[in-house]
Amino acid sequence: MAHHKKNRNVGIIGIGQTKHSSHREDVNQPELIHEAVRLALQDANLTMKDIDCVVHGNMELFEMVHQPDLWHVLGTGAYGKDCIRITTGGTVGATLSCASDNLAASGMYDIVMAIGFEKLQEGHTTGGITNMADPLWFRKIQAGALTGSSAYDVEREFGLERANRASLTYRIIMDKHACLNPNAHRAFGLEFSQIDDLIRTSPKLVGELKLIEMCSQSDGACCVIFACEQKAKELARTPVWIRDHITVHREETFNIFGYDRKVPVIKTHKFAAEQLFGRNGIKDPLNYFDVFEMYDPATWWAIDWLRDFFALHGDEHLKLVENKEIMIGGRMPINPSGGVIGSNPIGATALIRVAEAALQVRGNAGPHQIPTPVKHALASGFGGTMWTVMTMLEKELNW
Amino acid sequence: MGRRLAVCAVAQIKNHPNYHYLRFQNMLLDCFEPIMEQTQATFDMETGIRTIITCSDDVFDARTISDNGITDVVGAHFRGEEKIAQESINGLGYAMACILSGHDDVILFMGHCKESQGESRRMVSNLAYDPFYCRPLGMDYHNVAALQARAYMEKSQITDAQLAKIVVRSRKNGAKNPYGRENKLVDEEEVLNSPLYSDPLRELHLYPVTDWAYGMLLCSEERAAEFTKNPVWITGYGSCMDRYFMGDRDLASNFSLKNAAQRAYAMAGIKDPRKEIQLFELADQAAYQLPMWAEGVGIADEGQGGQWIDEGGMETFNVNLSGGQLNGNPLLLGGAARVIECYYQLSRQAGERQVENAKRAVAQAATGGAGQHQAVIVMETQGG
Repeated sequence: MAHHKKNRNVGIIGIGQTKHSSHREDVNQPELIHEAVRLALQDANLTMKDIDCVVHGNMELFEMVHQPDLWHVLGTGAYGKDCIRITTGGTVGATLSCASDNLAASGMYDIVMAIGFEKLQEGHTTGGITNMADPLWFRKIQAGALTGSSAYDVEREFGLERANRASLTYRIIMDKHACLNPNAHRAFGLEFSQIDDLIRTSPKLVGELKLIEMCSQSDGACCVIFACEQKAKELARTPVWIRDHITVHREETFNIFGYDRKVPVIKTHKFAAEQLFGRNGIKDPLNYFDVFEMYDPATWWAIDWLRDFFALHGDEHLKLVENKEIMIGGRMPINPSGGVIGSNPIGATALIRVAEAALQVRGNAGPHQIPTPVKHALASGFGGTMWTVMTMLEKELNW
Repeated sequence: MGRRLAVCAVAQIKNHPNYHYLRFQNMLLDCFEPIMEQTQATFDMETGIRTIITCSDDVFDARTISDNGITDVVGAHFRGEEKIAQESINGLGYAMACILSGHDDVILFMGHCKESQGESRRMVSNLAYDPFYCRPLGMDYHNVAALQARAYMEKSQITDAQLAKIVVRSRKNGAKNPYGRENKLVDEEEVLNSPLYSDPLRELHLYPVTDWAYGMLLCSEERAAEFTKNPVWITGYGSCMDRYFMGDRDLASNFSLKNAAQRAYAMAGIKDPRKEIQLFELADQAAYQLPMWAEGVGIADEGQGGQWIDEGGMETFNVNLSGGQLNGNPLLLGGAARVIECYYQLSRQAGERQVENAKRAVAQAATGGAGQHQAVIVMETQGG
């Protein structure tokens, strides 16, 4: 692998998130961001004087603000600082984390602050996402992120009954996790006994994709502070080390013509996981990682993607869900935070995955902390046309 | 991995008022192919390009995640593609970090902007303002620039005649640049009689609506020889954000540019830019900005921009021999355009605009109302 050793290690030393909600009418955009920034600074016991560079990301057309880092300086604290704005669709939060890691590892900056933000209440989310599609060919047949094709695939492979029950089991596990997370947007208090009722009563959005299975749109912000090894050791009691990250994008249009079950199109999640684990010598990711914060915009994607990320075969991924091994306390806890299905301020969402994974490694995630020690954590981002970003976090600098 | 970033190759299409017959994908492909041809770079996962950094803007493109539409034409299928949604020059700063961090060793950096596609660039930049106070007032980059122009002209004793001189020179220089936007040559009288746009800015004081795209191959110091015999090095980068509300800023202070320049100079080990740098490409989106940014990067004395023009400062310091942004680049890509001119000069490919013995150059870019955000790049030839 041509991949180099890092110039210097980088650790997460501060984390702040807002309460995520469908409507944060009490704050404007810079004020919302400021909440997360203030909390991250408090968490790191720093002030803005200590920050060398601010990295900002969201998607402009959701709130219709052009280059919003300019206005948001009122809340980001970037005045007088180096400031970079990077966006990559739904993956943007994860990209902010990768970029901050690179910026701090490069030696150009010692302490870098990443800020992901979205106030979806101020735009039209599905309209915004649909606007991603090519205006000449695909925009008219697109429904943004709403797609029933994964549901169709899972049902075709495992049967309607089993697929639907697995989907709703996943949904209820995420809700139980969200109920433990004070920042989560949607926390209904669902019970497993409601599965049959929900399958019957939840309105269908597209094909078999039901309303209860889809993420919502949220307002929220997340701020994570990264520091070079020396500063991280000086400043933080428990820095969480970024071991490696990978980004895998793909073509604009979905490859649907010529689809062949015998020669399936490789998925970016699978490709990214193989590359990342391969170059870090991880042969059994299901046993290596202690927790996985996965970008799960809908239950069908989530249950399907477990197979790609962990290189599982047959129905092993469904069994993980059915046997509730993905619950807090299970073999591979997925999204103790409640996941994207619980809260989805899009520009912040993938950064929240990194932040939540880091909280689990630190061991102070609060009521949704998993009970066993977390040494190795994984976070993923999803966006664009099936794009993937993966980040590995470690408790010890010993790899 | 060294402490500098190698620019191994650049490609661009000609700056044009309206590429109505090209989609932005086509514009990029016309830059992508020459880069691959010049460098023979590959997308091999071991030794090739694994990371592509692009620059584009959702509002200018009227597409959410506007980089999604270019993933395949920039070679990012099953590779990483990260989008700078800010001034393109920051993409180079970020590329530098990717390489110095050890995470990457070869990066393709591409950008596009079709300003002609939007109904109005004033509408686009009006959207950069908050929807509560500034947007309803009609604030945009042009009328905010007018406020700054007034403040700066008063501070540095800039006259309408000097602004005319800057515009005339820009178009003359632009005419010598084969990739420059083709503009009518004007004389000072025409500029002085050009209609007022946002007082004191006249129509000819402003950069014209332009479409453009570019590509660059960047790599670590160790690998430069694989792609070129003649690398140009990026040795310094710095940026800085100023306050948002106009009333909170001293508009003529150059606060953010001075900080950005100092950071870039410190990284490159430059103590005296007047003696150590032979070429400057400045982001003159409006004529008054050329002397103002010259003060900001340290080649004109504070408050002496007018005198600096009269004393031939633009020629002494080889400022904007490409024609500058005033001759025409899309707003978003001004920084990349400045860097590309420095690359041509430092690699001795600048044709009749070539500066003899240019060893070090500075490219500057501004984003936001009245240059709220500034960034500076220092570039050097082999010997530095």
